[in-house]
Amino acid sequence: MSDLLYSEVEEDLRSSVRDLFADKASAASVLARTESEEPYDLKLWRTLAGELGLAGLSVPEELGGQGASAREVAVVLEELGRAVVPVPFLGSAVLATSALLACGTDESDQVLRRLATGEAIGVLAVPLTLWPGAEFPSAVKADGGVLNGRIGLVADASVADVLIVPAVTEQGHALYAVEGATVTEATSLDLTRRLADVTLDGTPGRLVAGPDRATAALERALLEGAGLLASEQLGVAQWCLDETVAYLKQRYQFGRPVGSFQALKHRLADLYLELAMARAAARNAADTLATGGDDAGIAVAVAQSSCASVAVHAAEEAVQMHGGIGMTWEHPAHLYLKRAKSDQLALGTPGRHRATLAHLANLPA
Amino acid sequence: MTTAEDLRARVGEFLAAHDPKTTDRLEFLRARFDAGLAWVHYPAGLGGLDAARELQSVVDGEFAAAGAPDNNPRRIGIGLGMAAPTILRFGTEEQRKRYLRPLWTGEEVWCQLFSEPGAGSDLAALGTRAVRDGDEWVVTGQKVWTSVAHLARFAILVTRTDPDVPKHQGMTYFVCDMTAPGVDVRPLRQLTGEAEFNEVFLEGVRVPDANRLGAVGEGWKVAQTTLMNERVAIGGQASPREGGLIGILAKTWREHPELRTPDLHERLVRLWADAETARLAASRLRQQLAVGAPGPEGSAMKLAFARLQQEMTGLEIELAGADGLRYDDWTMTRPERVDMLGRGPGYRYLRAKGNSIEGGTSEVLRNIIAERVLGLPSEPRVDKDVAWKDLPR
Repeated sequence: MSDLLYSEVEEDLRSSVRDLFADKASAASVLARTESEEPYDLKLWRTLAGELGLAGLSVPEELGGQGASAREVAVVLEELGRAVVPVPFLGSAVLATSALLACGTDESDQVLRRLATGEAIGVLAVPLTLWPGAEFPSAVKADGGVLNGRIGLVADASVADVLIVPAVTEQGHALYAVEGATVTEATSLDLTRRLADVTLDGTPGRLVAGPDRATAALERALLEGAGLLASEQLGVAQWCLDETVAYLKQRYQFGRPVGSFQALKHRLADLYLELAMARAAARNAADTLATGGDDAGIAVAVAQSSCASVAVHAAEEAVQMHGGIGMTWEHPAHLYLKRAKSDQLALGTPGRHRATLAHLANLPA
Repeated sequence: MTTAEDLRARVGEFLAAHDPKTTDRLEFLRARFDAGLAWVHYPAGLGGLDAARELQSVVDGEFAAAGAPDNNPRRIGIGLGMAAPTILRFGTEEQRKRYLRPLWTGEEVWCQLFSEPGAGSDLAALGTRAVRDGDEWVVTGQKVWTSVAHLARFAILVTRTDPDVPKHQGMTYFVCDMTAPGVDVRPLRQLTGEAEFNEVFLEGVRVPDANRLGAVGEGWKVAQTTLMNERVAIGGQASPREGGLIGILAKTWREHPELRTPDLHERLVRLWADAETARLAASRLRQQLAVGAPGPEGSAMKLAFARLQQEMTGLEIELAGADGLRYDDWTMTRPERVDMLGRGPGYRYLRAKGNSIEGGTSEVLRNIIAERVLGLPSEPRVDKDVAWKDLPR
């Protein structure tokens, strides 16, 4: 059985990250940044990478990382979700890092060192909607180390120094490290995780995994990404519940706190229950990914089936129960709604994950 | 401090002196109680050794491994889980000595006379009257939802002794002899056809004052102890993946391709994921308990369980095709315990409706989560300062 609790080390990590965000990423500052010239907080990212070592949290120490596991990465994602912090952790420290770790070549290790130390930001150049179990992308063709093609809606790409690009070669599937692609930021629904279109037009790339490893490395990255995203979704949902409960205790209408009305209390109790379930599923996915059991496929699919929808439900309830103020730009609830809804599409929708589950659990259609 | 090793040694000695194969069952259980190996966290002399509660599983494990007879805990659940902790906490020394041993061995079955037709979720509104008459109380009223009342020797009983004060203040708690004149137990037939519960009519039943648990007027406080233990007893149990009803549904699905439709598939897979998530949440709760940090998720688990059971049993009937129109047996029986998996889908569907009513309705549980876990303000209490006799009813 998985260890579904948080260890002392994990709780310490959580406190230091949460303290830092309370200081450097308040809701007001995150909101203000969304319409600034710098939608990503790269100064905070450098602090996370440099002082806390989070850029290489799951990278082995001999490659310049912290040698931690998916369990700790999950805890950081909970806190990132809780504060919707605009840093490229998912793109660089989760997706690109997982892919490179699974490549295991000298070339991939070189890139990994740069990401782990925070010297460079990496991004796995796939549409954010790509899911574990999907066909290997064929949008980019590579010939003799030169890449051509276009990839739409890549998360965190606008701040990436290195793109890890899946490409089709004459020999088969491959992953390339690319610097110097054309990156055009899209207008994304999620204001705190930006998407960008990547165009490769005769752009050179260094091979980090050939046909023998590329497919498995990409699949591993998508599986880890989906499994760990569940923890971010949990963090989003937790903020929404906490904030709504706090608001309903102090908001008075009809001469009593709004939170004393059963119609609202029961909905919050149901949300609390959903979160209790989602937490167990997210912890199980993180632990299963960390221990490398062969149950990861089911654990990730179950976690995504639950957590993606719980985050959306929590954010929708937060907006509704805040009433008018919840509809304003000024109140941060919309940042969580936008993140939750985008996350529901990211790395496979709940329905897509249930289709996977049906297959893995032998429940044929 | 008694350790697990001490207990293993004690069980070893006990088994050497009382061979489970040759000792009479009741004699064995009585001796086990007298050796302090019944419930080790109880005081010495009352079936325990003042040991930590968690060590009970060590003792039970040793006895089970030796093939020793048990006290059929499912049959005497109300005695073990509710009456005993209340007697221990509020009983006199004499009461403890009289009741606890035959309760634990199962010689005397206990039932619970709490709910009434007019006092369900609002238990404190109960109206069964107890009027003092010298050294006795004369009890008149009606109780309901009483499992095993027809087998019970004793009951824990909450009564109204002072109607002139607000409802929580005027109650008194007794042990009631179920064989006393004036106690009338009638089966209460449920929508499943069987009568798992009873109605108990009390007509001028004379209860000695010596049977009182706690002070006159303090019955609500005593009842809280009983109810708290009920919630502990309901806590989640370990089960493997596809354990319980979802396993039955999955098996039916795999074995009957002719029943498959896209709608049923969508709902089945969703329930499979939900059941797995609930299983993980129950495991997480147990892991918290094991490190001595019980989480507030406990009160939420029953809510999740009720919803899941109801959805799964509903789907199961649809999955049965035309056979979903059949029912296994409407005969009125009086079972000693609920047997969900031993009956047909129709029974399961109907019985699961009770899951969101018994042991605290889902609505009451939502209030508890909202108020005690999330700290939201309570509903305005219109009955708080009103004498019980003046409450609208």
